[in-house]
Amino acid sequence: MWKSIQANWFSNLRGDVLSGLVVALALIPEAIAFSIIAGVDPKIGLYASFAIAVIISFTGGRPGMISAATGAMALLMVTLVKEHGLQYLLAATLLTGVLQIVAGYLKLGELMRFVSRSVVTGFVNALAILIFMAQLPELTNVTWHVYVMTLAGLGIIYGFPYIPVIGRLLPSPLICILSLTVIAIYFGIDVRTVGDMGELPDTLPVFLWPDVPLNFETLAIIFPYSLGLAIVGMLESLMTATIVDDLTDTSSDRNRECKGQGIANIGSGLLGGMAGCAMIGQSIINVKSGGRTRLSTFIAGTFLLILILFLDEWLKQIPMAALVAVMIMVSIGTFSWDSIRNLKQHPLSTNIVMLATVAVVVATHNLALGVFVGVLLASVFFANKVGHYMAVTSSLDEASFCRTYKVAGQVFFSSSEKFIAAFDFKEGVDKIVIDLSEAHFWDITAVNALDRVVIKFRREGAKVDVIGLNKASATIVDRFGEHNQSDTKDLIGH
Amino acid sequence: MKHVIACIDESRMANAVTQYATWSAKQLQTPLTLFHVLDEMRYPVNSDMTGNIGLGSRESLLEELAELDERRNKIALEHGHHLLEAAKNRAEEMGAEDVHVRQRHGDLAESLTALEDNLRLLVIGLHGAQTCDSDRLGHQIETIVRNIHRPILAVPPKYHTPTNVMLAFDGSDVSRKGVKMLAESPLFVGMPIHVVMVGAATADATASVEAAVSHLQEFRHKVSYEIRAGDVESTLHDIQQERNIDMLVMGAYSHSKLRQLFMGSTTSRVLSRSQIPVLLLR
Repeated sequence: MWKSIQANWFSNLRGDVLSGLVVALALIPEAIAFSIIAGVDPKIGLYASFAIAVIISFTGGRPGMISAATGAMALLMVTLVKEHGLQYLLAATLLTGVLQIVAGYLKLGELMRFVSRSVVTGFVNALAILIFMAQLPELTNVTWHVYVMTLAGLGIIYGFPYIPVIGRLLPSPLICILSLTVIAIYFGIDVRTVGDMGELPDTLPVFLWPDVPLNFETLAIIFPYSLGLAIVGMLESLMTATIVDDLTDTSSDRNRECKGQGIANIGSGLLGGMAGCAMIGQSIINVKSGGRTRLSTFIAGTFLLILILFLDEWLKQIPMAALVAVMIMVSIGTFSWDSIRNLKQHPLSTNIVMLATVAVVVATHNLALGVFVGVLLASVFFANKVGHYMAVTSSLDEASFCRTYKVAGQVFFSSSEKFIAAFDFKEGVDKIVIDLSEAHFWDITAVNALDRVVIKFRREGAKVDVIGLNKASATIVDRFGEHNQSDTKDLIGH
Repeated sequence: MKHVIACIDESRMANAVTQYATWSAKQLQTPLTLFHVLDEMRYPVNSDMTGNIGLGSRESLLEELAELDERRNKIALEHGHHLLEAAKNRAEEMGAEDVHVRQRHGDLAESLTALEDNLRLLVIGLHGAQTCDSDRLGHQIETIVRNIHRPILAVPPKYHTPTNVMLAFDGSDVSRKGVKMLAESPLFVGMPIHVVMVGAATADATASVEAAVSHLQEFRHKVSYEIRAGDVESTLHDIQQERNIDMLVMGAYSHSKLRQLFMGSTTSRVLSRSQIPVLLLR
């Protein structure tokens, strides 16, 4: 027990503490920016980020991953907050947590295997675009000062690390925020600051039960939102977990992550915060800064709370332009650059899946819908491809006027048309033999197609013999089980 | 065929571990596997404090980390080969015949669990690489003993061919199992056995010790016994000194971790003071 606590928490002390501090800085802009988009005070997002990061550091299934209040989730809450107010958001957050815990116990994390690489890439890119688009309101109808400050901020973020010695000691987003704040105060530039955006936290979060009537009507209001939040939260977390897995060459416990996030969201809701999930950009920053264990997530959450409690007067003075610069950095870092370069090499179907996922998300602002469309498209493309693995060959025995059709490969809904078209019904022969011993019948459509073929031949006056049917139809099973090793051989052989 | 597996690392324990493992393999007439684990968790992690991410950051970060791991692992693999090669030579000098070497990436306890099906006896140093100069117990021993359900021989830094053996007997199921194993195992053929029970010499205690002694005598062992009151750890230590015992057999970590948290573990205390190899039974 001590051993695992040691490995999960204290095996990388220096790296985890430092990266936790760096990540905490990257949590603030996202929490504030997306609280505003969700239509609530920044303190809701900040409390949520603190609560989620700290709780999930104990309950999560992926050490070293950063979870907090995120943009993907905030975008789903907009109408709920607008129409019903903050208390319903808190109630929806609790329900989201409950749904995620249930999903964890039902082991729904395993369903991630249906989400293909191109859907994941599409999701990540869509998320990056959403984060970027969320910054646009801060950049429209503003004075030129804001543009200059944002550009200067980006310049500092990407340029500062090149300064010898100090460049690699201090996180450049921190330098960006600090210097822009100092400049804005010193020159008295009139730009929007965090303080203008709503209430900031001034006390520790307090435990409170959402002030909503506990009845069916409330449930009917919050359930659709909670379901969407739960799905998007788990999707983003599990995808981020895969990314962190790859980066650190370790593995994560997906179902524990679902349950852990559920507990974290319930905790967030009870402390007056909104629902959140894992963050791709911040998790990458964490790994890059040397964070590996649960301690890094814990430090990030705790340090965030310390920052917002003790520095709230200073926090108010931060110009929004500085946060916009940091968020643009997160958006750029989240975007999968490889996916653009690979567009040329990847097959068209893969690209369509990726781009469709992006398009649906950007149009609907709902990541779950995008993933749904992506998975659906990927399945259709897959069915289409596997449908090609079906071939019918035939030979005629002229002495007895008997034609033998040999069917090999996969017969199912997508290939059944092709299956029927492969037979020549107009040929005048006495006997037809259909050899199915190397075919696999996957569904009712396939069986139905065979029935139609047999009936058509009978109408032409031929006697039909179907051989090997038992073996072929035995494959109409729900699972691609271990029943026949030659299944895979057939696929490869074609 | 099941193997005697010896855990080899870069500490000075490796010598004694190899020697005891060779001795055991010869007694048991089984093949010997010398085993080294490359634990990547123990590598330091690079920290980049710039805190920014740009276009392609994820891809370049993955490449960077993979390259770093690759470099470290290549060196570690080669280092491991040298360690195992040296140990193999030593084992063959001592007359071991069927010697294998294996390396695995990962955590020591996990890697051993993966080999458990093939394991007859595990030989491991009492002290780890970081703790070998002190009395402190190797920090992985407890996890290994709790996870592996085969006999484990924990050995001191100096080798001495065992000629007699002492059994710590407390009448429990584990120690009765120990009696059976001691009686039948080829490891102890021809060795005099001293059965020790620490505690008050009640009628029950005497009866169970005598039962154990007569069981051992059935298998033609020379057996003596004593029941002595006192603290388990120091009593065992005293008797070992008095009688010049070469090896101790005892049950290990029979209590839950929770109880250990408050009471401390007798097993750990006995192990950390032991100057002789201890055969641990679960």
